[in-house]
Amino acid sequence: MTTALLDDRQVRRIAFGNRLSHWDFKLSPYLYVSPFFILFALTGLFPILYTAYVSVYDWHIIGGQGDFVGLGNFEWVLGQEKFWLALRNSFSIFLLSAIPQVIFALIIAAVLSDNLRAKTFWRMGVLVPYVVAPVAVALIFSNMFGDQYGLINNLLGRIGLDPVGWHSQVVPSHLAIATMVNFRWTGYNALIFLAAMQAIPRDYYEAAMLDGATKLRQFFSITIPSLRPTLIFVIITSTIGGLQIFDEPRMYDQSGQGGASAQWLTITMFIYNQGFGQTGGGQFGHAAAAAWLLFIIIIVVGLINLAATRAIASAGTRNGK
Amino acid sequence: MTTTQAPGWYTRRKAKSAATNKPGILGYAFLTVVILGALFPLYWSFLIGSGDSSTITKQDIDWLPGGNFLKNAAAVINEPSVGFWKAFTNSIIVSTVVSASVVLFSTLAGYAFAKLKFKGSRGMLLFIIATMAVPTQLGIVPLFIAMSQWFHLSGTLLAVIIPALVTAFGVFWMTQYLTQSLPDELIEAARVDGASMIRTFWHVGLPAARPAASMLALFTFVATWTNFFWPFIILDSNNPTLPVALSLLQSNYFVDYSIVLAGVLLSTIPLLILFAVAGKQLVSGIMQGAIKG
Repeated sequence: MTTALLDDRQVRRIAFGNRLSHWDFKLSPYLYVSPFFILFALTGLFPILYTAYVSVYDWHIIGGQGDFVGLGNFEWVLGQEKFWLALRNSFSIFLLSAIPQVIFALIIAAVLSDNLRAKTFWRMGVLVPYVVAPVAVALIFSNMFGDQYGLINNLLGRIGLDPVGWHSQVVPSHLAIATMVNFRWTGYNALIFLAAMQAIPRDYYEAAMLDGATKLRQFFSITIPSLRPTLIFVIITSTIGGLQIFDEPRMYDQSGQGGASAQWLTITMFIYNQGFGQTGGGQFGHAAAAAWLLFIIIIVVGLINLAATRAIASAGTRNGK
Repeated sequence: MTTTQAPGWYTRRKAKSAATNKPGILGYAFLTVVILGALFPLYWSFLIGSGDSSTITKQDIDWLPGGNFLKNAAAVINEPSVGFWKAFTNSIIVSTVVSASVVLFSTLAGYAFAKLKFKGSRGMLLFIIATMAVPTQLGIVPLFIAMSQWFHLSGTLLAVIIPALVTAFGVFWMTQYLTQSLPDELIEAARVDGASMIRTFWHVGLPAARPAASMLALFTFVATWTNFFWPFIILDSNNPTLPVALSLLQSNYFVDYSIVLAGVLLSTIPLLILFAVAGKQLVSGIMQGAIKG
């Protein structure tokens, strides 16, 4: 109808506009996601794939790519006593940090979920350590856990206990490093748990109360099972982070070798020292192979954790019924 | 397993108070202890950082700060092997550029994934989420080879900035937010009015994304400021970021802890200020992310 009133030029302009808007409509989404994918392909995806390539070559920081060695670098890494020590240390530090952290974060979250006065103040308070850099945390705690003049040994001495070799011994050094991790992340995880707790419908608790369930029973039969996805999330992220730990153990002493007998050397420190270390570094093939091994370990442990957390959380549901 | 180890006294008390949902004095006392624990290490670094080198070897701990903080801070700032102001400026530049870039590209991609229909979008998004599980160390050797030997950027801020310009988490975060909080009708209305795609994004998508974008900016800023592993590898002592500068401070042949811990505080103060201003948003950001996580 209206087209009859339009002259030729206007018709052409509208047709052109339609065609333009058609392409605009089709192409725009791809344009919007392309910066991410281009940058990610260059700086994320390519290095990951190229690591596999580097890991099967004899490759040095100075000489560059050398001979093809197949799985030789992997064999070399697996034959290193320090690699196994590092594996043990990483697991030990991870367990010493993850388990107390999740329990403590759950307790803090439960208290925070009460109807507190000045809610925001308390929530912000528990989050303060999160803004302190891991390197800074490591320097502070390394001082507090000093073997000779440290605060902790000083306090232990006052209550009549012997000083602990926080830097010289295996388990104490792991405890000290785990303390740093817990310091920085417990409050953060508590807020994640708190958020999940607040999403649980109040009706569940009211119904349970009518059924005569005790509050304790409610906590274990309603709160914990409802937190299942969040528990899985927190445990998986702390697994990934825990097994990759570098900053805290690296800065726990000056030399960054993980102590005299590698008592707190972690896998990432091992990778760093192979690839970029002051002494004996520059072995990119070894570092790349060790990085792949770490990745495989993280995936395996992550899957085990996922299965375990599911089993535990659903057992809670069954008991609750 | 984990929860059964929660102390009985606590769960009992919690059980009682949940009826009224009001915490007792024990709840406040517990939280006070937790917060004192969270603040104590910072106070300790001020205590040591304001003393002199003999403070640390004293048998009796002086619980009140000494008067040497400014002197120690000056020692950190003037230590030529550390380059504190350079590190400070570098950290500001890197954190600001990275935050701006992550927010811009994440919002663009998140808007497309959340609100625009295009072929392959589901697969792409799943791919992005899957990459979040890959540890950063995996690609570190090739990244170093590329930055130092191919592009000759070793020791420059660009080498720190470029790999951080986009994050999978950022895209995921913005997608989640926009899917939930931007009604399709608004976009349709703008389209019907004849707005082009980019105009629609600019006038409808971007304003809707603002709360999530500011949280993403905060998180990225904190994460970049505190990042150590990659800057430690690629930067040298002439041009460090603050965590790298701190590592130089500690690796000096003499370690005077009052100077090291004064440096720790100096490098942390900017983030503490940021936290004082925007901590509330950071808290609500964590709380939001968790529900979706």
